[in-house]
Amino acid sequence: MGPVLAGVLQLLALVAALALAYVPLGSYLAKVYSSDRHWRVEKWIYKGIGADPDTEMRWPAYLRGVLAFSVAGVLFLYLLQRLQGVLPGSLGFSSIDPDQAFNTAVSFVTNTNWQSYYGEQAMGHVVQTAGLAVQNFVSAAVGIAVAVALVRGFARSRTGELGNFWADLVRGVVRVLVPLAAVAAVVLVACGAIQNFSGIHEVGQFLDGHSMGGSQQWNGGAVASQEAIKELGTNGGGYFNANSAHPFENPTPFSNLFEIFLILVIPFALTRTFGLMVGSVKQGYAILATMGTIWLGFTALMMWTEFAHHGPAFEIAGGAYEGKEVRFGVGASSIFATSTTLTSTGAVDSFHSSFTGLGGGIALLGMMLGEIAPGGTGSGLYGMLIMAVIAVFIAGLMVGRTPEYLGKKIGTREIKLAACYILVTPALVLVFTAFAMALPTPANSMTNSGAHGFSEILYAYTSASNNNGSAFAGLNADTQWFNTTLGLCMLLGRFVPMVFVLALAGSLAEQKPVPATAGTLRTEKPLFTGLLVGAILIITGLTYFPALALGPLAEGLA
Amino acid sequence: MNNSVSNTARLLGAGLRALLVLTLVTGVIYPLVITGIAQGLFDDKANGSEVRADGKVVGSSLIGQSYTLPLKEGEETPAPDLKWFQGRPQNGLSTNSVNTQYKLILSGATNRSGDNEELIQWVKDAKAAVVKDNSTAGYEVKPSDVPADAVTSSGSGLDPDISPEYAEIQVHRVAERNGLSVAEVQKLVDEHTEGRTLGFMGEPRVNVLELNIALEELVAKG
Repeated sequence: MGPVLAGVLQLLALVAALALAYVPLGSYLAKVYSSDRHWRVEKWIYKGIGADPDTEMRWPAYLRGVLAFSVAGVLFLYLLQRLQGVLPGSLGFSSIDPDQAFNTAVSFVTNTNWQSYYGEQAMGHVVQTAGLAVQNFVSAAVGIAVAVALVRGFARSRTGELGNFWADLVRGVVRVLVPLAAVAAVVLVACGAIQNFSGIHEVGQFLDGHSMGGSQQWNGGAVASQEAIKELGTNGGGYFNANSAHPFENPTPFSNLFEIFLILVIPFALTRTFGLMVGSVKQGYAILATMGTIWLGFTALMMWTEFAHHGPAFEIAGGAYEGKEVRFGVGASSIFATSTTLTSTGAVDSFHSSFTGLGGGIALLGMMLGEIAPGGTGSGLYGMLIMAVIAVFIAGLMVGRTPEYLGKKIGTREIKLAACYILVTPALVLVFTAFAMALPTPANSMTNSGAHGFSEILYAYTSASNNNGSAFAGLNADTQWFNTTLGLCMLLGRFVPMVFVLALAGSLAEQKPVPATAGTLRTEKPLFTGLLVGAILIITGLTYFPALALGPLAEGLA
Repeated sequence: MNNSVSNTARLLGAGLRALLVLTLVTGVIYPLVITGIAQGLFDDKANGSEVRADGKVVGSSLIGQSYTLPLKEGEETPAPDLKWFQGRPQNGLSTNSVNTQYKLILSGATNRSGDNEELIQWVKDAKAAVVKDNSTAGYEVKPSDVPADAVTSSGSGLDPDISPEYAEIQVHRVAERNGLSVAEVQKLVDEHTEGRTLGFMGEPRVNVLELNIALEELVAKG
């Protein structure tokens, strides 16, 4: 069997596994967020928080909950890193500098997991396990909560109430993420991912005489438990610098496919949750089909360009193996790369900067779509529903009819909020990239020159503003300029869109439903899926084409 | 005004309390329980899949090592010890720059693009070296025989594996340097070649550390 066929079979196996999980997980999630019963442990947690989980919130209250929780998260994580030097259980590692601590705190709270530090030399057990990994759980739960609030906006009528943020947050953690992550972590350990607290210790080596001496120093750590939620919560921040390429994080070909599965399973399943909550699973299928089409298309393109290995160094080598592990190969690395950039994950099992010019461009474009196919946990669904609102609006313009979606009118207020949502990230990406290119010093951080150097910076701001976290890691991002501006991009790119999503949800929930008529656009039909895919590609294409032409296209066509 | 300040403070207090409670659940209880299960069921794997030879730990089957001669004066990088099977280039590895009380290897890739001059040179040099090192009196390696993994650095820099093709072209050299027959060494490589998992996952591979341990045993038996 050739590597291409093996790659295709791995893709098919992945699709089969996701299909098997789709109905049970999607239905379970719908039950979790619709139930009015509280588990005993949840009641203890609500008591600890001092919140009543049964109080319904209107959108400003829901938003205030999101923001208060996230502000507390940033402050806590910032302090934890600044105090690392005196915290026990930190391997004697020194405290993190203020600009990097700010960048890292924001990065993990916003579900981005951009990393300007080297995990193995900078972060001790306490910061990794009780700081970074905690945000892996809760930032994912916040994303799902906001998505569920928007879905309730469509599902409910004549009320402004969107649910209770604390209840959605706690249920996401307790009923969904912790149990799934626990199972996944044990599977990863069984494959060979490490899980210990032995600190940094000496281990013997095969040869005495060579440059490293007769022994090597290894980091111990709670790696498998962090790896599981890192993928499941579409976070992506690796315990080690090499992320999921490191054999202790991702030891075997099976663990690799399993990690891709973890990345995709919740974002895809949420479309069923959406369908169930708005009372029509077919509406969920239409969204699923849109996500699936884009994901499969991107993955096929990525495999094609990586197997074709265009580029001088790869042609001499005989394959695009730079930055890729033998045990995964080109096929599985390509699937990982598109899955991680089409969600908000940013974990990598191979290094995107050393992909072919077009391959790097596909990764970049995946993030530029807004990470909606299938997108991050929660953020993918709400991003896609915003695009659906836009697509319905465009269709409405074509036939000259007031647009409606799921029985709700898309009026002036709704379309303004949706338009603001889709403008936030491109504005951040393009403005900050332009500044970084125009100023004298930021360009010193590039490893590669020319078109690829430009791509490094464009990739960094795209990754931060979309809360992805992967990198063209040649860029030395640990400078005050990049730590600060990328931190700002992550903050604004996460929370400003959330404001518009929740405002939209509130506005939809207040409406009374419009009955469907013969003139209503059938949003559960394949025609609408086609319209939606088209709208996404055209809007992203128009926004980013000039920037893409300067970077990956120039490199890929050279 | 006072009212809104105290409202904000109350809300932030709730946020902080929520964070602390959830930190207890996800940052303390969860990792400890998983560590307990991992150490109970798979202690060998949870501690890094250590490999022993002659009762001594010689590394991890998951972490690639380098098989080089001691660094000579005037050399920037040590020369490969051609007695042993060689792994992939490790140009992306570096050593730690902070917390220097430790001597850590930092995992990582080169992040060089396909049109990067330095990468092009590395690949060319590596290819020439692989051809030269592995050609013996009776066996000539052609540049087209050299697989891509032999001349490129991996993502982690710690790739424990090489492709069976790369192992294949090293067989004659290793046999010659160790005074073994080609057939014996070839058999060793065949025994240590692992196919795709379930026939389709990943790529076929040879674990270099395990192969070299077996080689050492074979040489010792003489």
